[in-house]
Amino acid sequence: MAARTIPIHPAPSSAFEYLTTKKDELVGWARKFSIFPYPFVTACCAMEFMSVSSTPYDTDRFGAALPRFSPRQSDLLMVVGTLTHKQAPVLRKVYEQMCEPKWVMAFGACATSGGFYQNYAAVAGIDKIIPVDIYVPGCPPRPETVIDGIMKLQDLIARSRHPILTADF
Amino acid sequence: MEPRLPNPVRAIFARTDRDDTVVVNIGPSHPATHGTIQIIAELDGEKVVRADAHCGYLHRGFEKECESHTWHNLIPYVDRLNYCSALMNDFAYCDAVEKLMGIELTPRCRVLRTLLAEYSRIADHLTCIAASLMEMGAMTAFLYLVMIRDYIYEHLADLTGARVTYTYSRIGGLACDLPAGWLARLAEILDQYEVFVGRVHGLMDRNRIFIDRTRDVGVISTADAIDWGFTGPILRSTGAPRDLRKDTPYLAYAELDFEVPVGIKGDNYDRYYVRMREMDESVHMIRQLVDMLPDGPINVDDRRCTLPEKRLVYTEIESLINHFKLIMEGPQVPAGEAYSAHEAANGELGFYIVSTGSGTPYKVHVRAPSFVHMGGAHRLMEGYQLADIIPTFGSVNMIGGECDR
Amino acid sequence: MAPDVFELIRERLAADVREASVSHGILVLVLAPETLPGTVERLKSEFQFDLFLDVTAVDWPGQTPRFEVVYHFYSTAHRVRVRLKTRVPEADPAVGSLVPLYGSARFMERECHDMYGIVFRGNDDLRPILLYEGFVGHPLRKDYPKRAEQPLVPYRD
Repeated sequence: MAARTIPIHPAPSSAFEYLTTKKDELVGWARKFSIFPYPFVTACCAMEFMSVSSTPYDTDRFGAALPRFSPRQSDLLMVVGTLTHKQAPVLRKVYEQMCEPKWVMAFGACATSGGFYQNYAAVAGIDKIIPVDIYVPGCPPRPETVIDGIMKLQDLIARSRHPILTADF
Repeated sequence: MEPRLPNPVRAIFARTDRDDTVVVNIGPSHPATHGTIQIIAELDGEKVVRADAHCGYLHRGFEKECESHTWHNLIPYVDRLNYCSALMNDFAYCDAVEKLMGIELTPRCRVLRTLLAEYSRIADHLTCIAASLMEMGAMTAFLYLVMIRDYIYEHLADLTGARVTYTYSRIGGLACDLPAGWLARLAEILDQYEVFVGRVHGLMDRNRIFIDRTRDVGVISTADAIDWGFTGPILRSTGAPRDLRKDTPYLAYAELDFEVPVGIKGDNYDRYYVRMREMDESVHMIRQLVDMLPDGPINVDDRRCTLPEKRLVYTEIESLINHFKLIMEGPQVPAGEAYSAHEAANGELGFYIVSTGSGTPYKVHVRAPSFVHMGGAHRLMEGYQLADIIPTFGSVNMIGGECDR
Repeated sequence: MAPDVFELIRERLAADVREASVSHGILVLVLAPETLPGTVERLKSEFQFDLFLDVTAVDWPGQTPRFEVVYHFYSTAHRVRVRLKTRVPEADPAVGSLVPLYGSARFMERECHDMYGIVFRGNDDLRPILLYEGFVGHPLRKDYPKRAEQPLVPYRD
């Protein structure tokens, strides 16, 4: 799979570098405030996901309210709850069907590391199967923790490079 | 191209005998399947001819985990079975162990457990109704009900420390007693509940669209329901007034005055209405329980299971050793087996425990109502349309943690 | 109410039952696996045990026969429960299925088969229900290690 963080090459001129940095800031600003989550909901964390999407902990304030239940139309894969070995092919398929740019949030202790289900049935953390950008701990995490995670993800998106035409520009 | 991912299930029909039907796959990652259920349906146009439900996508090895933890340490696992009403699972499990140990609860603990069980029932029904209404498009009703549920979560966080899964019950009692002001806040929440639920009734009960989508959809008769193992609100919606709180009373239910709401036809509308009325009955019960809450200790004074006070643990050697043994080895439950069933939000939640006399269980089996309901869910879906699967499924209230354990 | 029905059951089914006792309010009957479906039929028709609650198994690795299959039934008319227990050996862990009597037996027997390997003769649909296609072994048996994972998707790096 291609590297997800693209190293910054020395540009031919500083004016060009200034333009691409500004372009990245603009695209980053637009992308971070219009996140379309795909709530891949499995277990108890779903209760907190429902709480964080509705009043009073609204994710709509961050632009991340509208869930899109098609992998093609979403960009944030929120894996909410325990991933079991039976469900793993499904998660892998959904992740592969999402288009770039995409980010993954491991919501809850079970998605982060398997939680306290260390046995034959549960996968010990979704990062064994797909790359993860942000881990939100908690069992289940308080809505404030989730919002903190979303804000950190927004910082990550704002800081990263956003090639839109070619691999480097 | 990367190699194809393996398919974890095998459907009983992969192709159909008729040439005018198509087989579609719904789930397991689907917005309206409340978690992870896969339904493979054979469709004749929009009508569902056959449906095959596959669960197990959330099988987390509960029983195997229980065999390697002490009787107390596995209470967090029990919580996460029916995570919408986690306290009821706690109490049902502790009841089974207390039965086997021969422990009688203190009066205050009995009344408190009943109160919290009814409180959890309200939270569970709120979640179920809110989710099913949202899936039919009624976003406002969802937001009203989830607001009340959030108040309940914060309130329980004041008491137990956590919002969703509490680990609050202990064998022989509870973790801690009510903080100051808890009962006053409870009264406020119940009043607010009545206002909001009144509004939801106004939005939904006589709503033409809601009635068209839920009346005569997902109908099941009482005989069929019992044959397929349905209990709880689903059985009551068919007209059978079967409720373990009345039939075989436990905790403090024998002393309470409440009705058991039943439906008339066994369709989705009845299940919605039975749950709404059950919440009202729960509120009525909670108000009675608050009035009859006695003072006294909440933990039974039995050193086989109750941790001694910290003050004694730090000063007396007997309490220190007692504490040490209870934590490290777990409470010693006498050899034998017990089955104890409570009326959980979904139906009969039973725990079958087998002990060989040590501090860790030999077997803990949970009779999960959602799992049995999934066995009969195809009866509710066959013959109706594809779009009816969603409200029907919502009204069955399948909770993944309980179904797959 | 409860003792009368229990006494009646003990009398009428004495021929098929090896032992009968009352444990924490539930009548416990121990039978041979061959007589089990017949006894359940009689419990359903004569004593109105119409709700099939649960079937599970307990693994006693040191003992023969190794597996103890445990059934629970509830009578909505009499409001009592009954537990039926039977033992099956490891070499042939088979018992008659209750699918002809109760629809709910289908899923519950599938789960018991998944977890312990108990074969229910007469239930033609014993696909894995909680586990997945390709899973080898029966995890709730005492000789299956708790952490033995069988991943379907290869792990990254």
